Amino acid sequence: MTPFFQWLGLPFEWAWFVATIAGILLISLPLMLAVAMIIYVDRKIWAAMALRRGPNVVGPLGLLQSFADGLKVFLQETIIPSGANKTLFLLAPIITFTVALIVWAVVPFQADVALSHINVGLLYVLAASSLGVYGIILAGWASNSKYPFYSAIRAAAQMVSYEVSIGFVLISVVLWAGTFNLGGIVEAQKGHVFGIINGFFANPLLFPMAIVFFISSLAETQRAPFDLTEAESELVAGYQTEYSSMAFALYWLGEYANVILMCALNATLFWGGYLPPIDWAPLYYVPGIIWLLAKMCFFFFCFSWVKATVPRYRYDQLMRLGWKIFLPLSLLFVFLVSGWLMLHRVEGIV
Amino acid sequence: MIQLLAFYLFAAVVCVSGALTILSRNPVHSVLWLILAFFNAAGLMVLAHAEFIAMLLVIVYVGAVAVLFLFVVMMLNIDFAELRSGVMKYAAVGFALAVALVAEILIAVGAYSAGALQLGRRIAPIDAKVNNIEAIGQLLYSRYLFVFEGAGLVLLVAMIGAIVLTLRPRSDVKPQNISRQVQRRAKDATRNVNHPVGQGVEL
Repeated sequence: MTPFFQWLGLPFEWAWFVATIAGILLISLPLMLAVAMIIYVDRKIWAAMALRRGPNVVGPLGLLQSFADGLKVFLQETIIPSGANKTLFLLAPIITFTVALIVWAVVPFQADVALSHINVGLLYVLAASSLGVYGIILAGWASNSKYPFYSAIRAAAQMVSYEVSIGFVLISVVLWAGTFNLGGIVEAQKGHVFGIINGFFANPLLFPMAIVFFISSLAETQRAPFDLTEAESELVAGYQTEYSSMAFALYWLGEYANVILMCALNATLFWGGYLPPIDWAPLYYVPGIIWLLAKMCFFFFCFSWVKATVPRYRYDQLMRLGWKIFLPLSLLFVFLVSGWLMLHRVEGIV
Repeated sequence: MIQLLAFYLFAAVVCVSGALTILSRNPVHSVLWLILAFFNAAGLMVLAHAEFIAMLLVIVYVGAVAVLFLFVVMMLNIDFAELRSGVMKYAAVGFALAVALVAEILIAVGAYSAGALQLGRRIAPIDAKVNNIEAIGQLLYSRYLFVFEGAGLVLLVAMIGAIVLTLRPRSDVKPQNISRQVQRRAKDATRNVNHPVGQGVEL
């Protein structure tokens, strides 16, 4: 977009600045709308699986339910507990929400369409997702209340544990793609298997990693069955117990923005991102963003499906899955993938 | 222009938050200021075109080390006032450290104003065309392979040491054997008996 603003007569630096702001707005405003709609979709899918109707009163088919909820929350009073650490208490939801948004800067929506083409894109994703834990820890600590603190401790341990296996999964993807740039990773998936299927998922050495990444992304976003931080039978509402009004709404929005982001990452890393599923010329007439959105919708359906059907894990089972199963499995596959690539890409070994 | 503004912003925040790390009374606030300092240092790295180092700084220090700091500080409830009470005992050591640091800074400024050494380019010249992740990778896995693997070994030993220190056999818990649970079938656990009435059952 920078050339466009330069064409309008701005000097390069200001054109870059205005273009970046415009890009940020172009990503975050539709994202907010998407979050509102995806909450509605989540509730509808969940209701359908429980043979209920779900939201169906506000607007046609209940489509405006999320907006009504947002308005209600907006009009409520913000209650800050007297024992709370005021600054951190208000800062925590802002951190969660911001972190959920900043990762979108590197997600490619189409060939060469991303806010930022940095060559460390995937590391940036890891770095930003490792920040997400602060919003939760700070909320738990600043509330100065017992259940939120338990929940914060759980959340921290859970997110740090699953980030380890996510890291190894990403390493095997990067090894195969040969780049950390997300756009480059998508391009590397073009015609990956038999020259026709776009996506690393069809590769037998990466398919298990795709599954591990999907399950880890459930854990990383604290969705069911890993929603121990919000286990209502044990911890009331977890780290958000003391929150009300807009601060609470920011957690809600941040949580769903993270879920959408994880859907986008699943699609981008393993399922071909903005590429059509099959490398066949007529399919490329459909814009890449449509393919990306379709894949994200599919993954979001899977997220809701899991939430509606799988019972919550016990805490020690969660830790066992993360450290005793996913970690060795992903390490083994890093070993296998790098061994395979050594045999096939490096000359003079065999 | 924007880069200059960003540099002064990051540098000022690093200095202020570094000072507040040692000045704030609440240990949790200290850790949070430290995290802010790490974060802005990462911003400075990005400005210096070392984005790989910047991301590692955020992932390793902010994402892992500082989380553990925060964990420990929150759990232990350290009283800093008590720690501060003995501060004059260490005043001499602190003063010596401060003198050493000031001297180092002066030497560094002197060396810098005498002209850049370009030590890195002389020891390990890098092709300007490859991006910095590839350049670091090529150096680490060729020229510095043994040093790199040595560092990995040290970390491995530290990890095993930490596990051994915390591992203790416990007899008061009943561990769950998941594969046994999954393999268990109804016929292993139940049986049909046609027991005579009035003789009691054997359990």
